[in-house]
Amino acid sequence: MSGANRIAGQGRLTPARTARFTFDGKSYEALEGDTVASALLANGVHLVGRSFKYHRPRGIVSAGPEEPNALIDVARDTARRQPNVRATVQEVFDGMKVTSQNRWPSLTFDVGGLNNLMSPFFAAGFYYKTFMWPKAAWEKVYEPVIRRAAGLGTAPTEEDPDHYANRYATCDVLVVGAGVAGLSAALSAAATGARVILCDEQPEVGGALHYDRSVTVDGKEGFVWAQEAAARLAAMDNVTVLSRTTAFGYYNHNFVGLVERVTDHVARPDRKAPRERLWQVRAKRVILATGAIERHMVFGNNDRPGIMLASAARTYLNHFGVAVGKKVAIYTANDSAYEAAFDLKRAGVQIAAIVDSRGKPGDAVLNEARSHGIEVLTGHSVVDTKGHRRVSAITVVRNGGGGKRSITVDALLTSAGWTPSVHLFSQSRGKVAYNAETGQFLPGTYAQDCLSVGACNGTIGLQATIEEALAAGELMARATGNDGGEKVELRGENAFEWTGGMAGAAEGAGADTNVKAFIDFQNDVCAKDIRLAVREGMHSIEHIKRFTTNGMATDQGKLSNLHGLAIAAETLGREIPKVGLTTFRAPYTPVTFGTIINHSRGDLFDPARKTPMHAWEAAHGAIFEDVGNWKRAWYYPRAGETMQEAVDRECRTVREVAGLFDASTLGKIEVVGPDAAEFLNLMYTNAWDTLKPGRCRYGIMLREDGFVYDDGVVGRIAEDRFHVTTTTGGAPRVMNHMEDYLQTEFPHLKVWLTSTTEQWAVIAVQGPKAREIIAPLVEGIDISNEAFPHMSVREGKICGVPTRLFRMSFTGEAGFEVNVPADYGQAVWEAIWARAEALGACAYGTETMHVLRAEKGYIIVGQDTDGTVTPFDAGLAWAVSKKKTDFVGIRGLKRPDLVKEGRKQLVGLRTKDPKLVLEEGAQIVADPNQPVPMKMLGHVTSAYWSENCGHSIAFALVEGGHSRTGQTLYVPMPDRTVAVEVTDMVFIDKEGVRLNG
Amino acid sequence: MLLIYCPYCEEERSELEFRHGGDAHIARPTNIADITDEEFAEFFFLRDNPKGLIFERWRHIHGCGRFFNAARDTVSDKFYASYKAGEPKPDLSAVHPATEKTVETYEATEGTAK
Repeated sequence: MSGANRIAGQGRLTPARTARFTFDGKSYEALEGDTVASALLANGVHLVGRSFKYHRPRGIVSAGPEEPNALIDVARDTARRQPNVRATVQEVFDGMKVTSQNRWPSLTFDVGGLNNLMSPFFAAGFYYKTFMWPKAAWEKVYEPVIRRAAGLGTAPTEEDPDHYANRYATCDVLVVGAGVAGLSAALSAAATGARVILCDEQPEVGGALHYDRSVTVDGKEGFVWAQEAAARLAAMDNVTVLSRTTAFGYYNHNFVGLVERVTDHVARPDRKAPRERLWQVRAKRVILATGAIERHMVFGNNDRPGIMLASAARTYLNHFGVAVGKKVAIYTANDSAYEAAFDLKRAGVQIAAIVDSRGKPGDAVLNEARSHGIEVLTGHSVVDTKGHRRVSAITVVRNGGGGKRSITVDALLTSAGWTPSVHLFSQSRGKVAYNAETGQFLPGTYAQDCLSVGACNGTIGLQATIEEALAAGELMARATGNDGGEKVELRGENAFEWTGGMAGAAEGAGADTNVKAFIDFQNDVCAKDIRLAVREGMHSIEHIKRFTTNGMATDQGKLSNLHGLAIAAETLGREIPKVGLTTFRAPYTPVTFGTIINHSRGDLFDPARKTPMHAWEAAHGAIFEDVGNWKRAWYYPRAGETMQEAVDRECRTVREVAGLFDASTLGKIEVVGPDAAEFLNLMYTNAWDTLKPGRCRYGIMLREDGFVYDDGVVGRIAEDRFHVTTTTGGAPRVMNHMEDYLQTEFPHLKVWLTSTTEQWAVIAVQGPKAREIIAPLVEGIDISNEAFPHMSVREGKICGVPTRLFRMSFTGEAGFEVNVPADYGQAVWEAIWARAEALGACAYGTETMHVLRAEKGYIIVGQDTDGTVTPFDAGLAWAVSKKKTDFVGIRGLKRPDLVKEGRKQLVGLRTKDPKLVLEEGAQIVADPNQPVPMKMLGHVTSAYWSENCGHSIAFALVEGGHSRTGQTLYVPMPDRTVAVEVTDMVFIDKEGVRLNG
Repeated sequence: MLLIYCPYCEEERSELEFRHGGDAHIARPTNIADITDEEFAEFFFLRDNPKGLIFERWRHIHGCGRFFNAARDTVSDKFYASYKAGEPKPDLSAVHPATEKTVETYEATEGTAK
């Protein structure tokens, strides 16, 4: 027998199929199909954890996803380890290692238990009020200590070796929950021919039928009927049945997130199988059949191991064949708990008493209890319990006073009634309504195309549930246009109808008491904490929740929310619906990061864009830098070179000989059509109608507010065709910006836009020998300085392949940008390189490109501008047409703040110490001796060592910068203050001799 | 994730294929260079941020690439209409109640903190 508390003949597991697992190092035997909780209970283990704040011994409370206490660490191997798993849903597999959490040094002897003795000091809001002083101690002392003491499990340290799958799905009807209601709804929806997905979080369908053995459907035991119904559904082509699959989030427009646990229950999983699978389901209609969750009773010391929900004890007995105790008492305000007593009694367990806080329980259950010879104490309450690691006795009093009676027990089952699971309904933005008669929040106003059926809709009675679900299934299926099939009919019977229920503190835990009557086990919130919160001025349930942390643990208050609300309402003297309910948020139960991240990790986290010449660059030792998603060659160090040495050499070589640079990442847009020039006139500040075919121009693009948005060289290929280039990072947004204006503001213009960024490979050949390098390779283009001056473009061939050859420069040297179809990029690069290398040229990367352009005073939009810089601020007034009556930004440029004096303007800076390179981002002041905080005039935007100049160079945005030329300003740094002189921005070849050579 | 009807593709597609484009029916003045600061502020900076019905631009950027307009309730996210750029604002008074212009704040619903 696997465990002393397993009762022969009880439950649905097969005794021969065993599995071994360890709990805190000790080996236990389980049966296949056991949860960790049922296997531990079978072995007599009730104590499974320590509470969050007081470190009180805690046991298993539930048999489902609502479990607040039994959080464990489950390991398959060192990497496959997950903390904070609910023992009540984790299935046992052979070889699993289970460890308890939040205790030291051991579960049975926990030093942190001292917190329990100190608990008068740890009332709600304690942290907020106590650890205020000294301020510095919070970060260094208080928080680390509190975090260690108050905790959940520890995160795994190794990378997750498992993989996770993702699937998008659509269906006519999604049914969430496969209990009686969900199965009925799925059967009737599927019968119409509708495409149905039915999901349930448990390994087997059946929901409440797991424990409720008194139910029959169509003459069969409920659980058996459920398995047969699921098998029938699974065999239909139009139905998908997903078990171990939790609907965790209900999003807009019937988009529901499901997580399917594929291998977490398997001892030796197929490594090709995903651990979990995320289903993103778009359903035309949704049926919520999510059932209800039993609440515990709130009374003094109601948290000892061995005290659990009545329905949980029935599940352990009827499904797992495990008796949760030998001498069991029931404490209830609700009929359903009686059936736990009947089931246990039939299985041979001694029932010490049923304590019912109500004066008048339902007649049927009362009579049945008497016929079993069970003592029923109506109008009585349990006010206290005893027992350290397991409950050993309960104290019972008659309501309204009277003598105390102690009853020896080893388990106590409680039930305060049933809370409908309206989580998903609420997440769908449906509004719940309070039913005062049953004391339940139920679906009220629907916001999406869904229906709730059964217990989650507050429906009472088995046949009523079945009929409601069948009707809903048919209705929803027909609404999606499916009207085939025959009507489904089902007949259900059960022994008892349940009445009763209460919320809030029970007798003996009222406002006049100071007992620890827990409402939220996981966050250690007691009834008195809610009252304290109200006394301290929290009147909104949202504030009370945050002050006490009620319902804020990983179980999200599945047991505690209604209790907390009822106590708050009582203390405030208001009715429950007036106090309101906190909002339900996704996920319904915790979802692993693995499932959410899914395939988006490693190389798939963010796609890397590589240019056609990437392989050559890598082979030639390039170090790459990330520019957006692009991998760009940063510099090409030779053996023994530092980065600075490599960049200095590249900078020198380009100006003395020549250099090759991969400019393929530049954004490129083909602007075509009879109105192309007019369109560009509107998009850029410059005039384009005056540009002759075969010529290029540097263009500035603004936003409507007048600030610089992008820049680039535009070549006119023909009257009706422009080759537009953008910054590397700006390519997509410039394209979108142009499309937006073309489609919505200027739709009358006949223009077509095509992104050609990845169609062209671009090889920049720059330097005094650039022409000599490419000359023998070019066909059909006269590249002499006279025929092909600076800022020209020609079409022809290079190395036998078509090219758009630009004469342009971002270095200040005479240069060319060779555009060839991307597939030819590497071959043409290699051909050019063969000549370049022989002539003593080098390949250079983005760092050298940055230095060279700065030497020549060329800005980089996004580095030297920041979205608050106008063309005038940037010294680019010459590029703004004064003749045009319209372009994007023309009005923005005239805004008062954009034309006023003292704006920050872009200038050059030279450090007085020529060797010193400024830090980009450093602040600039006029007087370094002024008191702190100093008046800051601006900041450094670019700064480099210029090997060609022999001194450092920098750009800066400085207040009134253009009129400060020659002034000395200061850059205060932590270790020194750097004196700088304001200069113009061109440091090399101010006359443009090199450029035009 | 929203399900959005593209009036050009004539079908509902997932929000993943779209990009939001801000308020609709705000025409760029044809004489924009000549408008006053106040008119420019109204055109460029100021938006109603309604609680309720909003007319907004969407672009089917990973589909047909077209901009179009849609009427959506900002509370329920329900779409009431989806129509091509340049078409007039549809009259939705029959299917959607009047829009409140003000945004609900904590102070408005709960009063000032005591």
